[in-house]
This record gives sequence, structure tokens and C-alpha cells, in this order.
Amino acid sequence: MTETTAFPQGPIGRVSGRGLVLRGDDIDTDRIIPARFLKCVSFEALGEQAFADDRKELAGAHPFDQPEHQGASILVVNDNFGCGSSREHAPQALMRWGIRAVLGVSYAEIFQGNCLALGIPCATAMADQIRALQDAVEADATAEWTLDLHALSFSDGSTSQTISLASGSLDMLRTGQWDATGQLVARDAELTRTMEALPYLNGF
Amino acid sequence: MSSGTLYDKVWDLHCVADLPGGATQLFIGLHLIHEVTSPQAFAALDDKGLPVRCPERTVATVDHIVPTISQERPFSDPLAEQMLSTLERNCARHGITLNGLGSGRQGIVHVIAPELGLTQPGMTVACGDSHTSTHGAFGAIAFGIGTSQVRDVLASQSLAMSKLKVRRIWVENRLTDGVFAKDLILHVIRTLGVKAGVGYAYEFAGPAIEVLSMEERMTLCNMAIEGGARCGYVNPDQITFDYLKGRAEAPAAEIWDRAVAWWSSLASNDDASFDDEIRFDAAAIAPTVTWGITPGQGIGVDERVPISDQLDPADRPIAEEAYRYMHLAPGQPIEGVPVDVCFIGSCTNGRLSDLQAAAAVARGRHVADGIKAFVVPGSEQVARAAIKEGLDQVFREAGFEWREPGCSMCLAMNPDRLEGSQISASSSNRNFKGRQGSSSGRTLLMSPAMVAAAAIAGRVSDVRQLS
Ligand code: SF4
Repeated sequence: MTETTAFPQGPIGRVSGRGLVLRGDDIDTDRIIPARFLKCVSFEALGEQAFADDRKELAGAHPFDQPEHQGASILVVNDNFGCGSSREHAPQALMRWGIRAVLGVSYAEIFQGNCLALGIPCATAMADQIRALQDAVEADATAEWTLDLHALSFSDGSTSQTISLASGSLDMLRTGQWDATGQLVARDAELTRTMEALPYLNGF
Repeated sequence: MSSGTLYDKVWDLHCVADLPGGATQLFIGLHLIHEVTSPQAFAALDDKGLPVRCPERTVATVDHIVPTISQERPFSDPLAEQMLSTLERNCARHGITLNGLGSGRQGIVHVIAPELGLTQPGMTVACGDSHTSTHGAFGAIAFGIGTSQVRDVLASQSLAMSKLKVRRIWVENRLTDGVFAKDLILHVIRTLGVKAGVGYAYEFAGPAIEVLSMEERMTLCNMAIEGGARCGYVNPDQITFDYLKGRAEAPAAEIWDRAVAWWSSLASNDDASFDDEIRFDAAAIAPTVTWGITPGQGIGVDERVPISDQLDPADRPIAEEAYRYMHLAPGQPIEGVPVDVCFIGSCTNGRLSDLQAAAAVARGRHVADGIKAFVVPGSEQVARAAIKEGLDQVFREAGFEWREPGCSMCLAMNPDRLEGSQISASSSNRNFKGRQGSSSGRTLLMSPAMVAAAAIAGRVSDVRQLS
């Protein structure tokens, strides 16, 4: 597993890191994480199991196995990515492998919602723009790319492309509201006040 | 909108803040955790690098996956062993008390928290288990939550919640001999349906409720969720205080009077207003048995399986499905239906008084030939108390197996399960298809005394007729 950065937390303004291309339309969640990996006590092991069957078939040639892509964090895909079963294990597997943002033509709705709940933006651009970006990302595996949620751009300093995100998700990501836990943790001062006023916590 | 009810008062006391989007942040006074719904929540906490906010207000036990024949470690099921060791690790790491096997305090989460005195009036109680409504028996606001909410409570000791409406279930008169709280709640659910409580908290009140023991009130509130109500409660009174006094985690003697005064102030006011009220007559309720595949498909033991035409059109498709699945014919009397397995236990009916009621039926009698009958105490404390009274002997002599505490065949996440299309008489709370571990297994829900009567006769029988 190639976890390099912490999992998403709080407001998300930009994601920076190396890119990784996964070509093909209609890549479903069964391919992202095969069903047999769902019986587990934690999501921890899922990173190693991302695309397990595809990787086995390609015997080392899968982008997730190639040494130059270890540590990459922005996944560039094509159309209807994440279709099929609603399992939240799919974005969990991608996140645990190291992915922090996805860029593509379109996504299955449930997959996109599950990504949002983890703080992983699913950005979009037109089909031919995506193809051009995939070529650019593949041309230099070491290049640092930035997906900017304020400027709405994807760039490595030389190449730059305008991207979009559904306005609801964009807002939630930028303000950190995608994270229910974060919102609750943020009001700790109020929580403490509530606790101080509760008779059963204070000897009645 | 309700006002002046216990629910309103407790809600207001626990409000932390209004959240963007309209929900309320509610402080959770007691968070109960177990091995099944907590592991991924702890993992999510680690991902966010967050500590447990109030480990001292978090209490763990192990119940769902433990075997009831031999509890020796490691368990023979490696996944069960992994779930328990994961819980042990998580509790040790975060400083959470785990009431583990052999601690003397282990048992089904909804049995141990009350008996330890952890559950108290006026608290908010949450647990990753839908039968958390049980704790409402004390005048607590208690509800089940999902795994992502378990994570939220671990991280922040609070939840994003929306306020429920309050329906008062007013019960007149008294239950008659041989009729128990289980029959009362099965009757309520049968009358109102399994979805009627969605969006509501149920306040159980009235003369019939006021005389119920704490254990009976727990049975009642336990199954509020089966009627769709995420939480159910009874106003605290002298019976509540007497039960709590002297329990391990109950308020100490020096502060006891103040605690009682505060608890008393929480009961719904005489002039409280409810969103809704429905009245029942306890004296008119018979021992009740489910015949179908939802807890709402119940009938008096002296009634017949309903005929589809006589049902509300909305209830017909599920009735048709139930006839087929249960191999029961419309119009057939439920009394006399043969059973294969008899299970006494669960968080609904695995407490001492439940075992006493079943033992009273079993004493001096014997389980019918070919019937597998077993008793699973709800906790180590219940087991000890029952053994002290010799109940284990009564059951053994009557041909019942006496087991170690756990959820057992309530949900079959452990070795206790139905085989093939076996049919059980069960004191648990759910009769869904496949619930007891076989995809064609069938469940008849009833009180522990009725389960014992079924075991003796080998078929569904009216416990009132055994003298
Ligand atoms: S006894 Fe049954 S309902 Fe109660 S906690 Fe265990 S599995 Fe859930």
C-alpha cells in the first residue's frame, strides 16, 4: 500500500500530487474492489485490494502496480467511472491506495456521493479534454499536478485545463461540510458547556 | 408539536448547537459499543487521527458473535475471534472499559447497561444496535445508530439528529395472568403496524404501565423499534429508583437523593402535550404469537391466522408471502402449530424475571420428544442470579439446555441457528425471513412463558391453560 498523505480532513481547496491514468469507460465498483473483500472488520486492507482482479490479470502491468505510479494521488479516468454496486468500499479502497481526487468525464451517482463523504473530489471535463490530459499525465509520471477547487483548474504549471464540479459538492468540499464528524468535533466548546450544565455529569 | 414531555426536556438539556442544514447536535450521555458495529468506526477515527472524546462515557461488551456452548478462546470461528480481538485492542488503546467474557459483567449490551446501573433517567443513550430503545425503560432517550454515527459519537460524544414527534401509548387496566409485557408490545405492533412509529418517540404510560417492573418495561421499550419508533420510554418513578439503588454504577448514597429529585423532575408534566395519543386496554390482551414474517403479523393464541380478504389491502401481499414462507394456511388456528426449536433468551426476554416465568412453566414438566429447547441468560449476572435460585436445574431437569450468555439464536451470528425450514418458538424480537440463521428457517415470536409451554407440548399452546 502506498499511503503517502493523511486522509482528507476539513475544508478541501486543492489536491496536489502526481497523476495516474486509468483508461476505459464503465469501470464498475466490482472491478475497483471485488465482492469477496467486503467481509472485513476494517477498511484498512482495502488499499492493497483495489483492482485486485484486474491487477492479477495484468500481472504487474496495471497502473496501480507500476513502480513509477506508487504515491500518485490524482486518478484520471474516462466515462461513467464507479458504476455498479453501491459499496462504499470502492472509494475506501482508492483512498487507502493513495487517491485523493478523481478527474474524469462522468461518474456513477452513488460512487460520487460515497467519494464526497470521504472528502474526495470527483471533477469532470469534456471527453476530448480528458483524453488530452491523460496523454499529458502519462508523458511524465513525475510531474506534480494540482486540482484547484477555487480556480477550478487542473494544471502542472505548463498544461492547464478548466474543470467542473457539481455546485453542491463543490461547496461542501470547500467549506469542509462534507465531513459530519468534523462539524461535530468543531463545536467542542459548546459541547463542553452542555456537559457542564448536565446534572448527571456533575454530581446532580 | 409536543411540549412538556420527558422527551422534550431531555432533548433540550442535551442540545449542543444547531448545525448548518437544520439538524441539531445532541450530546450523548452514554455510548454503548459491541464487536459488530464498532470496528470500522474505530478505523475511521484512526483515519482522521481523532481520539475518543469521552472514553469514560463509552462502555463495551461482547455479545453478538460469542458462542453459547463453549466460550473458550480462541473461538473456533476465526472471523468471530478476529472481531472480538479487534474490540479488545480498540478498547485497550482508547481506555474504554470492556465488560468481556468472564468479567462477571459481560452479556447482551441492552441487558448489562441497565443491570450495572449505567443506564439512568434523563440520559441520552446511543448504541450501534437498533434495540437500544430498551434503555428508554428508565426514562432515558435511547436510540440505535449506524456505524458512521458510531464513529461520530466516538469522536465527538454527540450526534447530528432531528427531533422526533412524541406519541403517547396509553394503556388502561392491567395485564391478566399469563399475559406479559411481550404480549403487550406484540399487541401494540400488531394493532398499529410496523411502520406507524416512524418519526416518533413512543411514551408508554397509563395504569397498566405504571405497575410494570423495570424488566417488563425494558421488554416493552426494546420492541418499540419493531413498531417503527426509534425510541420508546417510560417516565421514571419509584419502581425505577428502587431498581437502580445500589447498582454498581448508579449514583452513590451521598448524592442519591439529589439524583432522585432530578430524575423525578424529568417525567412528562401532567399538562404535557403530545403529537398524538393512542389508547389500549391491557385487560383485553391475550398471549400473543406472531404467525408471519414481520413482528406486526401477530395474533392472540386463541385466534386464527388471518384470511387475506379480511386484511387491509396494503397488508395482503406480505400476508400472502408469509403464508407461503411459514407454511401456514389462512384460517388455521395458531394454537397447535408444531415447533422444532424453542429459544428463551435475547435482549427482549433474557432477564431474570423472564427465566423465572419460563421456569415456572417448565418446573416438574418435560420438553416434548424431538424438540430442541435451550435457555440463554442475557448476561453473566443474570446467569449467576438464576443459578442461585436453582433455575438452571429446573430447566435441565425439564430437558432444556442451559447455555452461556450471548445473543445466541436471536440473530445467528454465532453457532446457534435454525437448520433448513425448522420452526422456532422464540422469545426474541424479529421473525424476518432467515433471521435465525437458515434462509428458510421460520420464527414464531412469543413470551418466554409461552416458549416454555410450546417446548413442553411440542406445539404452540396457551400458557394460561397449563395449571
Ligand atoms: S439479542 Fe438480538 S436484538 Fe438483542 S442485541 Fe443481540 S442480536 Fe440484537
